[in-house]
Amino acid sequence: MDVKIQSERLNLWYGKFQALRDVSIAIRPRRITAIIGPSGCGKSTLLRCFNRLNELIRGVRTSGQIRLDGKDIYRPGNDLTHLRKRVGMVFQRPNPFPLSVFDNVAYGLRVHAMRRGVDLEAAVERSLRATRLWDDLKDRLHGPALGLAAEEQQRLCISRLVAVEPEVLLMDEPCSALDPIATGHIEELMQVLAEQYTIIIVTHNMQQAARVSHETGFMLLGELVEFGPTTRLFQNPADKRTEDYVTGRYG
Amino acid sequence: MDKHARPFDKGLEELQKKLVHMAAIAETMIDKAIGELVTRDEHVADKVPEYEDELNRSQIEVDELALVLLATQQPVARDLRFIVAATKINSDLERIGDEAVNIAGRALNINAYPKIEINFDLKTLTRNVMAMLKRSLDALVNMDAAMAHAVIDSDDEIDETVQALFKQVKNEIRRQPEKIDYIIEYMRINRHLERIADHATNIAEDIVYMIEGKIVRHNYEK
Repeated sequence: MDVKIQSERLNLWYGKFQALRDVSIAIRPRRITAIIGPSGCGKSTLLRCFNRLNELIRGVRTSGQIRLDGKDIYRPGNDLTHLRKRVGMVFQRPNPFPLSVFDNVAYGLRVHAMRRGVDLEAAVERSLRATRLWDDLKDRLHGPALGLAAEEQQRLCISRLVAVEPEVLLMDEPCSALDPIATGHIEELMQVLAEQYTIIIVTHNMQQAARVSHETGFMLLGELVEFGPTTRLFQNPADKRTEDYVTGRYG
Repeated sequence: MDKHARPFDKGLEELQKKLVHMAAIAETMIDKAIGELVTRDEHVADKVPEYEDELNRSQIEVDELALVLLATQQPVARDLRFIVAATKINSDLERIGDEAVNIAGRALNINAYPKIEINFDLKTLTRNVMAMLKRSLDALVNMDAAMAHAVIDSDDEIDETVQALFKQVKNEIRRQPEKIDYIIEYMRINRHLERIADHATNIAEDIVYMIEGKIVRHNYEK
């Protein structure tokens, strides 16, 4: 079985509080994997481990391994910036930089010194086309990104990631701030992006997980309770806790 | 269809395709089973068991696809009605296949006897039932509510023809009691044809539900 990124017996503590308990999960390439579970179950914490974003929080301690293409991402000497290029993240609230649309997308290319031999304008166009923004924004490239509507801002954040040619896209509740129609558009976009990238989405909307993902993991109190094909999890879950959650009987 | 159509739309389209495919098989099976009866050539119905396997496999595929769509897409309104109706139509199509197999069996029994002069006419009923079935399957393929309503309305007439035929068969048994084994087979075929008509009506009622959202079973509207 092909594995793109995985955790092995991952534990995480925020100070004394244990947020992740022995989480072992194998994410397959070029698929959408959803992580669902009630608030506080550890799903966002898990997601932030995949690009070592948790290290920005004081008092965080981890044990266990995370491997990207089989290689441990916690290896001493690993370039964190390079990791975060390969494994990009989209957040709940769109967070474009207070720059123009163009500069937002070109930012990563400049940071990673990728523009040598790269036609910046062509790269920006490619990235905006990938998120279906090009036609609407091609005449407004130098306008402020913060002036865009929420859905467009979120697409722009995805364009920004796509520009640096990542391999994995981590999405933490990417549609929570969007209305149902915008959500539908982003979900369609995810299906298209999954042809090229490995996508892991954390969502508290389990119907969204059911609609878009190939595989789903259910987490509860820091533990990965069940993980498997989405069609199975939502028709015939193996664990009673999973069934209680997806049928709305939990809590 | 657009390459990037929603997976849900692709799923619905696939469901429709599978039903249409099943309808084609069921219709072919009936044609061949009746053909064996009419031509007295048992080879006409040779393929009926193979078709039955294919029909049964398709029935399972339709049910599985419907369940996946229900579980993962939260369908509402016409999408929900379509999926629910598809599982019911699925079941009726499979039963029609069963009736075709039954008729083929009766035809085999009848054709084992030398041809006997009989005083009743199965042809009219056969023709009417097959026309009704064809119309209900056309209504399914074309999602045509008007045609479906017409099929439902024709059910009473078929019932009358079936009852008249039963009387004729009974009279024939009285007339040629020594031929009862042979004639009884025709009684059974009568029954199978009646059931096919019932299934065709069920399918038509489900099509009306799919399109109009009304449950028209058991004459509730009348």
